[in-house]
Amino acid sequence: MYYPGCSLKDTAIGFEESAMYASEQLGIHLKELERWNCCGTVYSLATDNLMKQVAPIRNLVHAQEEGYDTLYTLCSMCDNTEKRANRLVQNDSEKLDKINSFMDLEEDYRVEVTVRHYLELLRDELGWEKVSKPVQSPLDDLKVAPYYGCMLTRPKEIGLDDPHNPTVLDDLITSLGATPVDYPYHSECCGSYNTVENQEIVLKQAAKISEGADTAGADLLITSCPLCHYNLDTRQREYAQQNPSHKPVPILYITQLMAVAYGNPDVCRFEEHAIDPSNTIPIKTKALNKR
Amino acid sequence: MKITNSDQDLVAVVEELSGQNLYACFQCGKCSASCPFTDEMDELPNQVIRRVQIGDKRILSSRSPWVCASCLSCEVECPKGNDIPAIMEAIREINLRRNVDETDLNKLDTDGLPEIALVSNFRKKTG
Amino acid sequence: MSQTDGVEETVRIHIMGKEYEVPKGLTMMDAIEYSGYQLIRGVGCRGGFCGACATLYRLEDDYKLYADLACQKTVEDGMYLMQLPFTPAGRVSYDIEDIGDGGNPLLENYPEIARCVSCNTCTKACPQDLEVMDFINEAIRGNIEAVANLSFDCIQCGICAARCPAEIPHHHVAQMARRIHGKHHHPKSEHVSKRIDEIENGEFDDALEEISSLSQEVLQKRYESREIE
Repeated sequence: MYYPGCSLKDTAIGFEESAMYASEQLGIHLKELERWNCCGTVYSLATDNLMKQVAPIRNLVHAQEEGYDTLYTLCSMCDNTEKRANRLVQNDSEKLDKINSFMDLEEDYRVEVTVRHYLELLRDELGWEKVSKPVQSPLDDLKVAPYYGCMLTRPKEIGLDDPHNPTVLDDLITSLGATPVDYPYHSECCGSYNTVENQEIVLKQAAKISEGADTAGADLLITSCPLCHYNLDTRQREYAQQNPSHKPVPILYITQLMAVAYGNPDVCRFEEHAIDPSNTIPIKTKALNKR
Repeated sequence: MKITNSDQDLVAVVEELSGQNLYACFQCGKCSASCPFTDEMDELPNQVIRRVQIGDKRILSSRSPWVCASCLSCEVECPKGNDIPAIMEAIREINLRRNVDETDLNKLDTDGLPEIALVSNFRKKTG
Repeated sequence: MSQTDGVEETVRIHIMGKEYEVPKGLTMMDAIEYSGYQLIRGVGCRGGFCGACATLYRLEDDYKLYADLACQKTVEDGMYLMQLPFTPAGRVSYDIEDIGDGGNPLLENYPEIARCVSCNTCTKACPQDLEVMDFINEAIRGNIEAVANLSFDCIQCGICAARCPAEIPHHHVAQMARRIHGKHHHPKSEHVSKRIDEIENGEFDDALEEISSLSQEVLQKRYESREIE
């Protein structure tokens, strides 16, 4: 049972489409939750703000109503928000009661749904060997910098990997036949929502992260967050336009890399990207197609 | 700096909103060391906490909580396990609940911004 | 509360905080007029279609706030009425000709939809029983068609916008979606275009001239005896 999140239906459509394709190759059918709402993107940290917990809990109620005990997410921010909200009501029955009482038209949330990120599905349920199986276009010479961002590994209570030395994306890259690159900024924040009003913060981070990856020899970055993608793609291009000496480093979603490795780059919607990755990938992979 | 009883209001409110014991912080500075955005902040994260500890209400007009991207690096580094992002959020909330939004939607140019950026920005910067 | 001996049954209601006794079975609108008020605003078609008579009300010993149309809902004993003749709701000025078929024009023109916390207050407030929260969520995702379909029966009463904690003008957002959907997604109505051409070519000029010259009596007679399929 799959929870897309708003961006995957619109600005990050390539993430969803490549995920659908990659999953089919792995024998996984991602069935979208029938009725869902925006999770809120960020977990509300104020102890008394139950209003902002309603949105993520409502999705869990729908999952429960539709008869599912696990909700899989692709977006790092959705994953983080849903997991933390779930944990909150798991540990605080008074808050759970209040939220259930407020949502009086729906059945009560019984805290029976688990939220898991797609990477956990790959790593823990399938295993990397199975992830390697559908690879048709080995990415032999491709050097990929894993960009973990903030939300996959922090806070520790819900992180799917060690926040200081995460390896899950490195393992994914290896399983697809490419080489992961180590660089200092793999978990440094892209600037997040500062992209709305304080763009200079994001431009600085985009430069730092992409230059760091490039210095370490990376051909491209991968991420599982649409906000990180926007900041390291659109904003990186903006930085490159202001600083012509900057070498743009393309950024892909995790499932786009999978789709390329599995032989079908067309589902990735690369035309939506600000920094064109098609210059990087066909040169390095053996999947020479119409590009 | 003279600390009067009324300054304890700030500590009490921030502690209630954040659910954190502010006096657990012993100013080791690891949070500030890990924060990627200190260049844009007027007060470092550990300084923000210090100001609240001593009841300095001027911290409520600091730019730091608005520059904070809630990346949670500080939380992971804190040796006491303090939820520093929650403390930053508490200061933001004190301002927002006075019906003073940080982001003015009437003046915002949203051209091309993805939903995820707008939703997260509004959640943190509007009440 | 009722009386016998041929006197009709009555119910107690409150209008603007003042108590009145009105006959049972009246709509809220009838009850307001029965009580001596003359409605010159917040009244329209009286048929549940124009959305002018939006009303919020509470019932005695009931904490819930209900919403309905004054011309449709029958009064109940212990009702406390609040008329909402107009909800100020930011309506963005745009030219539909300038709106293309790409991007997310709803989010761009109404960024406040990103403030939605999915509280469902709008859905509960809708007198047409529309899934308002759902269509706002579809709007955030850029799914114009879904917004247009889910909001089809919207009568623009504005109760949703009045109650929304995120200050979203749902009815304006939905209207924009329906206009975009009609312009870009629906096939153009060929027979309408054809008829417009016929009119512009003067094919109906004689008929129009004839009917304009008729007297009130002849016109009325023709109207009453017209054939309706």
